[in-house]
Amino acid sequence: MDELPGDLLYTVEHEWLRREDDGSVTIGITDHAQGALGDLVYVELPEVGQDVEEGGEMAVVESVKAASDVYAPIAGEIVEINEALADDPETINSDPYGEGWIVRMQPADAIDEEALMSPNDYQQFLDELDD
Amino acid sequence: MGSRTPLYDNHLAADARVVDFGGWDMPLHYGSQKEEHHAVRQNAGVFDVSHMTIVDLSGARVREFLQRLVANDVAKLKDHGKALYTCMLNADGGVIDDLIIYFMGATDYRLIVNAATREKDLAWIREQAAQYDVAVVERAELAMVAVQGPNARNLAAPLIDARYRAAALALKPFYGLQAGGVFIARTGYTGEDGWEICMPAADAPAFWDQLLAAGVAPCGLGARDTLRLEAAMNLYGTDMDESISPLEAGLEWTIAWEPENRDFIGRAALEALRNSPDRQRFVGLLLEDRGVIRNHQKVLVDGFGEGEITSGGYSPTIDKSIALARVPAGDYDRAQVEVRGKLLNVRIVNTPFVRNGQIRIDI
Repeated sequence: MDELPGDLLYTVEHEWLRREDDGSVTIGITDHAQGALGDLVYVELPEVGQDVEEGGEMAVVESVKAASDVYAPIAGEIVEINEALADDPETINSDPYGEGWIVRMQPADAIDEEALMSPNDYQQFLDELDD
Repeated sequence: MGSRTPLYDNHLAADARVVDFGGWDMPLHYGSQKEEHHAVRQNAGVFDVSHMTIVDLSGARVREFLQRLVANDVAKLKDHGKALYTCMLNADGGVIDDLIIYFMGATDYRLIVNAATREKDLAWIREQAAQYDVAVVERAELAMVAVQGPNARNLAAPLIDARYRAAALALKPFYGLQAGGVFIARTGYTGEDGWEICMPAADAPAFWDQLLAAGVAPCGLGARDTLRLEAAMNLYGTDMDESISPLEAGLEWTIAWEPENRDFIGRAALEALRNSPDRQRFVGLLLEDRGVIRNHQKVLVDGFGEGEITSGGYSPTIDKSIALARVPAGDYDRAQVEVRGKLLNVRIVNTPFVRNGQIRIDI
């Protein structure tokens, strides 16, 4: 297993968050998540400007195998969506932490780091899943 | 831990993602289901289908027995090795299983039935066979691989015993041949050319390794499902089951109505439904909007009612979503599918969607 990017925060739903300099947060799904889903063939994205609640459905990723909801790890407003995924959903498979990002959000509140996982914590979480 | 086929270690060696399938630990894919799918359409792939159940029947009255047991008529099997696809029905006309029957010899037939239905199939066959004095022998000691794709036979041929190689290559579609301890049939579940090969379990791992060394791609159950969906080949338990007759599962072509006095199990129920105006259609759907339509989603036909997708998904060859669906009787060619509360537009198309590497529908 490749090492997890150290500058990201993670969730038990296998999403990652990157805090950008302008205060927004970029969100995607982890390498583990894309591997479990298999080849992605369609991504249903939210609208820019849409407000989402923490834990609310934010996007749907569909692999050859199944459809899977992506839940918002924080509350906030969608400020950008990765429109390139419409034509190339498989980018999530090939570059989950980079070009395969899904949305950028403006958080409604300060990010509660305690509610999220550090790379070490997420790695441990993954290791326990394998057991 | 589930049951393992003789090829389990080969799957691990090829980095398979292993999943439970009807109690068997089977490979879902070896990295990319899509690439495996394309390998079969464009070159060659190999599937481990050892979990499927092989049953040999023998006895003086075996033909008479099969003419009672299944909806198609084994009288069509005139040459040794010829195969017949058929359903075995209950008295209500529901499908107990679909199967392939090979005509092995005057008093010998081989059946290949599904893995997930093994126990009920064997029980049903034995129950019906008793009064015909037919011996029913499961061949669990045999492994089975399906090597499929336009180059499959040529790549696999060097692995066949030289004494039988020419005869194997000369097999016509839907014929099989006993080649020593190996049975080779020009059949499959992908819509491509290829062979299905039964062999002693001990020989299977080396055979698999040699196929991979020859450039044949290992393929999992995931690609097997997208390939058969494109070929519009039914999947038991999904497209039909004991509550559905072949008439409402697109399998009327597998029912032999003639001769009229052949009293196969389920015949009376099928006769009653045959000309019913309410008989549901079983159709292919092509999604015209973006997205993916999947099993169990509701199909809405304006003015006619509702139906359901029995098998749906993404077609790697077409790069659009396709489905098989059971829909209301009537003359129409458009419908909508409800996906997460939204209605997506679909067109009814003639199946198969894809055959021998070619897209067969207007897209």
